[in-house]
Amino acid sequence: MAANATPAPGAGPTVRRLRRLELSALTGVLVREIVNYSSYWRSATFSSTVEPTIYLLAFGFGFGSLVSTIGGLPYVEFVGTGTVATAVLFSSAFPAMFGTFVKYTFQHTYDAILAAPVDTEELVSAEALFIATRAGVYGCVPMLVAIPFGLDPSWGMLLVPPIAWVSGFGWACFGIMIAGFAKSIENFSYIVSAVLTPLFLVAGTFFPIDNLPDWAQLLANLNPLHHCVELVRHAVFGLEGWEDLARLGALVVFGLIVWRVAIYAMTRKLID
Amino acid sequence: MNDQDGNGANAPRESPAAHARPVGSGDLAIRLRGVVKRYGTITAVDGLDLDVPMGTCVGLLGPNGAGKSTTMRLLTAQSIADEGEIEVLGYRLPEESKIARAHCGVTPQLDNLDTTLTVEQNLLVFAHLYRIGRGERQEAIERALEMAKLVERRDSRVDKLSGGMRRRLLIARSLVHRPRLVLLDEPTVGLDPQVRQELWALIDALRSEGTTILMSTHYIEEAQRLADTVMIMSHGKAVAAGPPSALVDEHAGQEVLEVYGPPPRLAEVEAEADAAGLRTRRTGTSVAVLGWRADNGPRLDGERRPANLEDVFVLLTGEEIG
Repeated sequence: MAANATPAPGAGPTVRRLRRLELSALTGVLVREIVNYSSYWRSATFSSTVEPTIYLLAFGFGFGSLVSTIGGLPYVEFVGTGTVATAVLFSSAFPAMFGTFVKYTFQHTYDAILAAPVDTEELVSAEALFIATRAGVYGCVPMLVAIPFGLDPSWGMLLVPPIAWVSGFGWACFGIMIAGFAKSIENFSYIVSAVLTPLFLVAGTFFPIDNLPDWAQLLANLNPLHHCVELVRHAVFGLEGWEDLARLGALVVFGLIVWRVAIYAMTRKLID
Repeated sequence: MNDQDGNGANAPRESPAAHARPVGSGDLAIRLRGVVKRYGTITAVDGLDLDVPMGTCVGLLGPNGAGKSTTMRLLTAQSIADEGEIEVLGYRLPEESKIARAHCGVTPQLDNLDTTLTVEQNLLVFAHLYRIGRGERQEAIERALEMAKLVERRDSRVDKLSGGMRRRLLIARSLVHRPRLVLLDEPTVGLDPQVRQELWALIDALRSEGTTILMSTHYIEEAQRLADTVMIMSHGKAVAAGPPSALVDEHAGQEVLEVYGPPPRLAEVEAEADAAGLRTRRTGTSVAVLGWRADNGPRLDGERRPANLEDVFVLLTGEEIG
């Protein structure tokens, strides 16, 4: 047990602390998430897969009857790859926002975890890792659903889960960050209406952004969701080298920034 | 109050705050010096000194808002003190808090069990959070199940348990890694008397095993029964500290005369006692005359009873407790 590994108390003036981001602390929090997931996986899987599938079918067949191809792709294939990003967003930012808030405010789960040898940094990181992994899996659902509707399987599809994972990590941290700054759960409506909905619509999921005004295109390039959409399409239909590396870089930078800000926000909230 | 387990080594020590000990001295599980914690304009903890010797049970007694819960949060570095020194198991906080937390068990005031998980799953999660190795995990869980008397209910979901079972699980969860120090924040708050007594038995068993306990409570009886030493807190400060019986002797004397009557009669009794130089306190339907003896006080009819910690508390703070 841990007791054996401890230096004798009062040994001297040096600060004896455990390292940051320890594997055992991350594992502890992850185990909690995994065990809990075993009790709610049905509902989580249902909402994370049915919603993007409805988007896929509604837009794919609704718009698909008006628009046959976009940029040389049949519309169902265009949307089938695009809604991967939607599925990632829905299975990361939203559960992170609401889940974090509920665990903090109503379940007081974080009080129990932080009383154990786990720091806020480890808590936030482990929560984000778990949500990212889920998003990496759920993100593939629209693409898989599109296959029977005409999307041809390709080896590049194997890159989609890692792309969805990297993107999901960023959005999970984004959600935790918002929950960390939010004073009440009502504050989330501002974020959903003013941030997530526009980002979701102007990501190139349902229509290409090339035809938008210049300012909107510029904004779209600041939208991590757009880079996820493009990366997934390129992975499925053919990678574009440097451009895609830059997009991946953008996702990684987004993830790292919101990760640190999420830790800051949650530390402010949890430690007084 | 007698030392219940009759163990001389666990005998109450002198007043906790009375003697400053050298930094990092090994026989103190908790050492606070001049600790101040402010929230905006409110000073929740106001220059608190506290010693918890290894192997003892110390009770923090005070009404709601006295600073007990803040003190508990300071000990796990979930609150960071504005001033003063805090050491837990010889580790300086907040810098070394994570390693101190590895050796502490914390029972929170608010039930934060995972309600959709089973009893055993809740313990499993904490076995991981407290880094119990794979080989010892199951054994630790079994031990905790037995301690909580929940072996039969191991596969029940927490939301199917009674309030008392949930509390036992909450305490057992904090003991899964055999901590050297246990922090119990209001362990029996809001529970009915039978359940409270069950929990006292659990805490007493822990105490007799030599685990160091710091327990906050606003139940006088709880502190009197379980604690070797009690620190009475009010407005973030320690107003008195010592073994319960010594505190009672020192501040409230041996006996109290409880005089019942209608409000005008109670006012008369207070005036008579005051004239005789005796202190009184109102306890709802009666006036308690402290230190009353047939030979020193006015002639009064009432029930004689031993003085208790509640008398001490009210005398020292002017507040009702609990």
